[in-house]
This record gives sequence, C-alpha cells and structure tokens, in this order.
Amino acid sequence: MTSNKKLWIFLKGLIAENPVLVLVLGTCPTLAQTGSVIAALSMGIAATAVLVCSNVVISALRKIIPDTVRIPCYIVVIAGFVTVVQLLMQAYLPDLYDMMGVYLALIVVNCIILGRAEMFARKNNIIDSALDGLGMGVGFLIALLAMAVIREVLGAGTFAGIEIPFMADYKIPILTMAPGGFLVFGILIAVVNKIGPKKGEEKRKNFSCEGCPSATLCGKVSCAENTELVVNVKEEEVEDNGN
Amino acid sequence: MEIKYLLYILLTGIFVNNYVLQKFLGICPFLGVSKKLNQAVGMGVAVTFVMMCATAVTWPIQTFVLEPYGLGYLQTIAFILVIAALVQFVEIVLKRFIPALHKSLGVYLPLITTNCAVLGVAINNITDGFNFVESMFSSLGVGLGFLLAMILFAGVRSRIENCPAPKAVQGLPVTLIAAAIVSLAFFGFSGVIENLLGI
Repeated sequence: MTSNKKLWIFLKGLIAENPVLVLVLGTCPTLAQTGSVIAALSMGIAATAVLVCSNVVISALRKIIPDTVRIPCYIVVIAGFVTVVQLLMQAYLPDLYDMMGVYLALIVVNCIILGRAEMFARKNNIIDSALDGLGMGVGFLIALLAMAVIREVLGAGTFAGIEIPFMADYKIPILTMAPGGFLVFGILIAVVNKIGPKKGEEKRKNFSCEGCPSATLCGKVSCAENTELVVNVKEEEVEDNGN
Repeated sequence: MEIKYLLYILLTGIFVNNYVLQKFLGICPFLGVSKKLNQAVGMGVAVTFVMMCATAVTWPIQTFVLEPYGLGYLQTIAFILVIAALVQFVEIVLKRFIPALHKSLGVYLPLITTNCAVLGVAINNITDGFNFVESMFSSLGVGLGFLLAMILFAGVRSRIENCPAPKAVQGLPVTLIAAAIVSLAFFGFSGVIENLLGI
C-alpha cells in the first residue's frame, strides 16, 4: 500500500465520492442544518468526529463482530460516540447544543456513518478506515458549507451572522426556510449532474432507498424495481474491497 | 380543554410541524419510496405504526427507568436500541400471527430502524414534556403527517414522470424542486389550527 493510495482514500471523499452530492447519503441533516453557516459547520464537525471514531472502532473489531448481528453492533458503537459528542457540546458549547437540538442525537441514524461502516470499515484496516472517515467527514462538511453559504448569503444577507452590506438589502428569506432547503439541494445536485463525476449518476437519477445502508437488511425488496441499481451498489462494494 | 389540546397536538403534527416537509426528518423514505402510490401508502402506514409502538415503549423507559436512576445521558443509545429491537420484534410477530399484514408492510419494516423520523419523534416527545397520552397523540399526528406527505408527493411524482425535463435536472433534482413546492404549500397551514380550535 503506497502513500499515494492512502492519500486517495482520504481525497476521494472530498470531491470524487462526496457522500452528499455524489453518493446522496445523509440528506436529512444536509437539508435541516444548512439554514446558517454556523449550524452547518458544527453539524459537519460533530458528524466528522463521530465518523472517524466509529470507523476506527468498527475496523478494530471487524474480526470479532459476527456477521449476522453486525448492524446492531455498529449502531451501539455509533450511538456511544454520539453520546460522547453530545455531552462534550452540552458542557463546553451549550448555545450550539441548544441550536442543534434533536439533530445532534440524530447523527446516530445518519446514513453516511452506518454506510461507511458497512461499505468500508468492516473490510479495511484501522488507518485506512480512519482516513476514509476523515475524508468522508470533510466531504460532508464541504457539502453542508456550500449549501449553507448559498442559503444564508442569499436568504438572510449574512455570512456566519455577520451582515453583508449589499446582500442584506436584497435578501430572499424563503431560502432560509424549509422549501429553500429542498430547492437549493435540488439545484446543487443538478449542477453536479452537469459538471460532476460520472460515479453515482445512475443513483442521482433513480434515487431510491438503495443508498440507505439498511437496504442490505430489507433485501432491497421495497426498491426491487431498480434491479440494475442493486448491481451497481455491488460493484461499488467490490471496488472498495480492492482498495 | 384536554381533548381540545390533544386534537391540537394531533393536527399540528399532521399539518403545521410536518416532519418531512418542515423539519426534514425521514427524507430518505420520502424520496425513495414515493414513486408509486401503493408503496407510498404502505411505507406511510408502516412508519405510523412503528412510531406509535416506539413511543409506547420509549416514553415509559425514559420516565420509569432512565430518569429515576439518573441515566438520562443514555437516552440516545437506549432509544435507538429499543427501536431496532422493537422493529425486529414487530416483524416477527406480524409474520407469525398476521401474515396478510406482514406481506403488505413487512418489506418496509427493516428500513424503518434507521429512519430518523422515528427516533426524532421519540426524543421530541420527551423534550416537549408531553405526558403518555399526549406523546401517543403526537406520534399518531406525526405518522399521519408523514403518510399525508407521502401520498401527496406520490401524486406529484407521477405527474413529473410524464414531463420532459432537461437532462441534468432529471431524477433527483426535479424531485427535490417539486418537494420544495409541496413544502411551500404546507406553509399555508401555519396559524390555521390555532384559529380553528381557538387556542
């Protein structure tokens, strides 16, 4: 394993396999926490911390965890780290803790974290898994920030709470509210479709519960109409194996 | 007054605080399983059912186990484990005793374990300080709100399928933009419930 390959494990999460914009995972926090830059930043950092820690632990335990009960095991590990992050934020950043509310606890069910455990950490060593977690986490953060900057600057005329002179006179408040989240995310995905990597294109086209890691549990019955997608996901898993 | 308040919680959950369209919880199944009306209804009913079961179990756990023993910090771990176990349990029971219902809802059940709307409603019921009955009504309202959003959106999507869209916008982007418009429509409900019930 050369250092170039290690660098790629980290870098692929940023753009080429960006978890939000290319693989379309973790849509709930992406939409909910991007009304302001501060919220997006804290969500991204909290999720990255949980992702790196859970990837390391799951990778370390990959030979011990029995295959049949792996999902519950992953959930326990992830929930443990989410609780750690919750307690730390409650103690040192109480304002942010209140602002994030229920979404902080909901990092537990963030598809990206369970997805990386299932697709990467359970098949790779600790260092690679940590790098993968970091890359995916930073990629998540970048996507959140991109959304939040668009929504906050155009919607509220501010950047991280600081007023921007010209923009403040021509703001579009709807963008900071719920419909704006859907709208900006839709347009961003369309931009990625136009200029972005080909990987995951099929998925962005026929979005289904494929991306959800628990789809492996349900046997993909509820989304069986997209059979070619199942094949795509399997190929992706093989590729990850190769790494 | 009590009944009025329960009705208020129920209607707020369905229309004003719609989890999918206003709070962005449960987006994955909302976008993933809303292609066909029958699937959308199946998923919506299954989510409502699991939400009610989850609240019926998590509320007593929080009140009678976690709080008296000062274990409030275990809330996240306890709730997700209880919900995961509960979903498995419900599936086994349905399979054994009501095979017809299992056939129609069964495929959606495992997907619901990691549905953030279910965990979200369980946690929100605690943070909002609801008692047991209020929590159950709140879960029912949120579940029905999810079902309503799924049904409405399945209709919208069947129209989109027949429309020519630019290549880059096809698929997920156009679906999200449609969701933005449906979400905008739900803004119309804000304030209506309060006026209706005179609260």
